[in-house]
Amino acid sequence: MGRKVLLQHIDVPGINTFEVYRKQGGYASVEKALKSMTPDEVTEEVKKSGLRGRGGAGFPAGMKWSFLDRKSDKPRYLVCNADESEPGTFKDRYLMERIPHLLVEGMITASYALGAKSSYIYIRGEYMYIVRILEKAIQEAYAAGFLGKNILGSDYSLDLYVHPGAGAYICGEETALLESLEGKRGNPRLKPPFPAVAGLYASPTVVNNVETIAAVGPIVMMGGDEYAKIGIGKSAGTKLISASGHINKPGVYEIEMGISVEEFLYSDEYCGGIWKGRKLKAVVAGGSSVPILPADLILKTAKGEQRLMSYESLSDGGFASGTMLGSGGFIAMDETACIVRNLWTFTRFYHHESCGQCSPCREGTGWMEKVLHRIEHGHGHSGDIDLLVDVAKKIEGNTICPLGDAAAWPVASAIRHFREEFEYHVKYPEKVKNPKHFEVEPFVSERLVAAV
Amino acid sequence: MAKVTIDGIEVEVPDGTTILNAARQIGGNVVPPAMCYYSSLKDSGGKCRVCLVKVTQGSEKDPRPMPKLVASCRTPVMDGMVVQNITSPEVLEARKGVVEFLLINHPLDCPVCDQAGECDLQNLAYEHGASTTRYEEDRRTFEKRDIGDKIKLHMTRCILCYRCTFVANQLTDNRVHGVLNRGDASEISTYIEKAVDNDFSGNMIDVCPVGALTDKTFRFKSRVWFTKPMDAHRDCDKCCGKVVLWTKGDDVLRVSARKDQYGEVKEYICNECRYDHKNVKDWTIEGPRHIDSHSVIGQNHYERVDLLKLKKEVERQIEFQKGKPLPESNPSLTA
Repeated sequence: MGRKVLLQHIDVPGINTFEVYRKQGGYASVEKALKSMTPDEVTEEVKKSGLRGRGGAGFPAGMKWSFLDRKSDKPRYLVCNADESEPGTFKDRYLMERIPHLLVEGMITASYALGAKSSYIYIRGEYMYIVRILEKAIQEAYAAGFLGKNILGSDYSLDLYVHPGAGAYICGEETALLESLEGKRGNPRLKPPFPAVAGLYASPTVVNNVETIAAVGPIVMMGGDEYAKIGIGKSAGTKLISASGHINKPGVYEIEMGISVEEFLYSDEYCGGIWKGRKLKAVVAGGSSVPILPADLILKTAKGEQRLMSYESLSDGGFASGTMLGSGGFIAMDETACIVRNLWTFTRFYHHESCGQCSPCREGTGWMEKVLHRIEHGHGHSGDIDLLVDVAKKIEGNTICPLGDAAAWPVASAIRHFREEFEYHVKYPEKVKNPKHFEVEPFVSERLVAAV
Repeated sequence: MAKVTIDGIEVEVPDGTTILNAARQIGGNVVPPAMCYYSSLKDSGGKCRVCLVKVTQGSEKDPRPMPKLVASCRTPVMDGMVVQNITSPEVLEARKGVVEFLLINHPLDCPVCDQAGECDLQNLAYEHGASTTRYEEDRRTFEKRDIGDKIKLHMTRCILCYRCTFVANQLTDNRVHGVLNRGDASEISTYIEKAVDNDFSGNMIDVCPVGALTDKTFRFKSRVWFTKPMDAHRDCDKCCGKVVLWTKGDDVLRVSARKDQYGEVKEYICNECRYDHKNVKDWTIEGPRHIDSHSVIGQNHYERVDLLKLKKEVERQIEFQKGKPLPESNPSLTA
């Protein structure tokens, strides 16, 4: 049984209310921080813990905090990025829905560390019911004196606001989020300046994911060194994984980083194996934006080592044979899944969600979607696959924000690992007319058939 | 001051200058193209991505190269920076890709477009684009719309450079138009039932790099290369009054602001000068306008043409058509 840090008390009845949460030791980190630690000490603990950003990029949170421009005479802000919109990722929703006070507690402690006087939780508009849950939690915290003026009798005051977005994936990108929070069109900004210098209202700002901020409370309580012992190497701590797809037990699991992918996928504690007794075909390990990997490469790295659920191990092999932990959206596909269809779905999403600010992403995502639509529906021709590779290559790295990369990587990796399947679609247009073509007749590699 | 090397040419510029502006100080071939950047409009640039360059050395202190290509229009120079523009095949490849992206949803209706001949996208496509398209799908389309009584919006031609919204934000009193929707469905539009009606709104037409915003008083009157551009001025209490008259015979077909060699307006003009004084008598003519760009209007017949230079340019284009990469064989412009 892996160690649980965030979801320790998730099954306690009524944990979403202040009283029960407080009884389980909640808000202790706020007391500890405000009464016995200076803001810099809190930051130091987070730095020591080795906590890495849980939103996708995996940038060390303590380092991000230390970049915050503390000399500026402008107010400082902490913004929580709860605009969780990555296909396959739903961990933040679970956390905020079931145990909202964990986030509120983390926000208070983190705001204290950063010296923020007002902090914001930017949540996606589709999570309207969670906005209400969070607002109730915040009201309870105000009533108990954990928010507002002179928290717990100290001279530290904090106001916490929840701000719903209007339904745009791009507002999960930190600078677009800040634009949206300022009331503007959610277009990503050009960097530099980075938010740590000029973020919200051109003031120093830290933007962190829900899970990152939620982990701050436990880190302050157990101490940074203790937290760093959980996990493996530079992937410290626990991670929430949203498991979905063709598995027996989809859901949100808290894992200690460093367990093997095989264990995560097949043990009864977690995913419980592939459904209907079928075989695994491919895994998208960290939300739709990361490269897709075939079954053999996700279980073992190219060097033959066992692949672990950690930032380093999953990205072992670079883009040629590796992927990324990303935001922890673990999507498993069985042998009846059609990679082309899945890719088309992903690309359709990126086409729909591109903000339209810079040209490669605006035009390229739509182009890729149309070509993939054509291939999937049996109208593709031989040049299309190379065309897709080329378009993806021209988007990647040439855009303002990482959405361009996120749209290009799945395409590039799917073609790299499953090129034969694309060729099959082009070669046998009649066979793929049925949307469930691989359920009717699973795809068999012609190369393997020839070898037999 | 910062010393920066662009394509092997060293130039010293004040701190905070962007790579693009440093390249413009060198001039000639090393200047990256720019479709969305406009030096007189604050915050413009960074969107179209045609000005991408490669930074092979970040600065004197930190000589690491930048991991990705950067938008030269918004990246400030550092002392000791080394930049590759046309000497980097990677940059040219990326630029070719961006031009292709800009063109896939462009209607390519140059034969009926008023901007043809002075269109930045046309020039860019000529220099960096492919001769055939790989795009087989339907292009996105929009209805033509009037935004205001003097401006026609062809959204299908728009490349979303956002320049016109910056003009509206920074030159006029209140902006009534902006960008709606997102992705390739995003469009320039006004608030519901609002028309662009402002003394300086006409400058939107001048800053538009393509034919998306056109002057309704000039639409379909003449191809731009059949008109004669004349520098002229008048006393105007709203603006500088310095304009270019585009004349044909005795008729003034169009009045526009003066653009520099990079197609940028430095002194904006008011709508009264632009629309209401289409009579030669209203103006003091200064003389023929020199157009400092390589487009068709630059080749005006009454200006002295350096035939040798032109011949070289034609030869260069022929070479280019044969598939030879453009920048290596571009002697006419550096000469």
